[in-house]
Amino acid sequence: MKAAVIVFPGSNCDRDVTVALRQSMHAGGGGEPTLVWHKEADFPAVDLIVLPGGFSYGDYLRSGAMAAHSPVMTEVARRASRGVPVLGICNGFQILTEAGLLPGALMRNAGLRYVCKDVHIRVESSQTVFTSKYETGQTLRIPIAHHDGNYSADDDGLARLEDGGQIAFRYCDNDGSHSSAANPNGSARNIAGIFNETKTVLGMMPHPERLADAQLGGTDGRPLFDGLIEALS
Amino acid sequence: MKARVHVTLKPGVLDPQGKAIEHALGTLGFTGVEGVRQGKVIELDLAETNPAQARKNLHDMCEKLLANTVIENYAIELDGQSAP
Repeated sequence: MKAAVIVFPGSNCDRDVTVALRQSMHAGGGGEPTLVWHKEADFPAVDLIVLPGGFSYGDYLRSGAMAAHSPVMTEVARRASRGVPVLGICNGFQILTEAGLLPGALMRNAGLRYVCKDVHIRVESSQTVFTSKYETGQTLRIPIAHHDGNYSADDDGLARLEDGGQIAFRYCDNDGSHSSAANPNGSARNIAGIFNETKTVLGMMPHPERLADAQLGGTDGRPLFDGLIEALS
Repeated sequence: MKARVHVTLKPGVLDPQGKAIEHALGTLGFTGVEGVRQGKVIELDLAETNPAQARKNLHDMCEKLLANTVIENYAIELDGQSAP
C-alpha cells in the first residue's frame, strides 16, 4: 500500500494526515505515506492520493483556487480519471471543487465566522472505498475548522448528487437527524462531504485525521483510514 | 493596456457578506438599501496592444482562474470600455 500526501504552500494538516495514514498502514500490512511537494509534475505510482487541509496560498482569490492550478494537480487529475482514489479534506475539498474533480463550490460560511468545533455527521453510504468500515446511517463526531465550508450547487447539481448516491456525509444532530440547527455553515442539504460519480474521489470538510487516536479525544475518524488501507492493500 | 475584471456572485447564489453589509448599513441609519451584493475587482496591466486579443486572453483568464463560474459571473473592462 502506497499513499501520497500532496503538500501545498500553506497546507497545515499534511503531517497530521500522514500520522493517521501511517498508523492505519502499520496496523494493516505496512507501507509509508510519502509527502509530495506541489511543484512536482510527476510522482511515484501510489494507491491513494490525499489533499490535506490548511490554507494553500493563504486562501488568496478563493480558497483552493491557486492550488487547483499547481503543477502536481494535472497529474492528480490524470490519476483520478484512471480510478486512483483521491481524498480531499477541508482545503483539499476546496481544491478538488476548484480543479473540477468534484462538482459545486464551497462558499463563505453562512454565519461569516470561522467555525472550529466538533460536529456530528451521518455516513450516507458505506458502499465505497472510503466508508466501508462504517455503517450507512452511522453518526460520527468529527471536528471541523473552516471559514469556507458552505457547500453550494444549483438545484440540478444537488439533484444529481442525491440521485447518484454521491453525498458522503451530512451534518446531523447527535441522533443522526438532519436539522438546520445541526448545520454549522449553511451547506446545501447539510452536505459535509461528497463523492464524484465513480465514488473514487471524496471531498469532506470535517477532519477525520484529527480524531484517529484515542489520545486526541476520539477515534471516529480512524475507520476511514483503516478502510482505505484494507481496500487498497 | 489596462484592464479591469469585475467578479460577482451569480443571481440566486446566497451572499452572506452582502447581507451583513446591508444589515450594517441599516444599523448606521442608511435607510432604503434594498439589496447589497459583494464582489471583487481585479486590475491588470497587459503587454498586449490588440484589444480583441486582450479581451480573448482576459476571457480565458477568467474562465481558468479569476472567476469560479460555478458560482460567479465576470465582466471585462478594457481601457475603460466594458465588454458586451
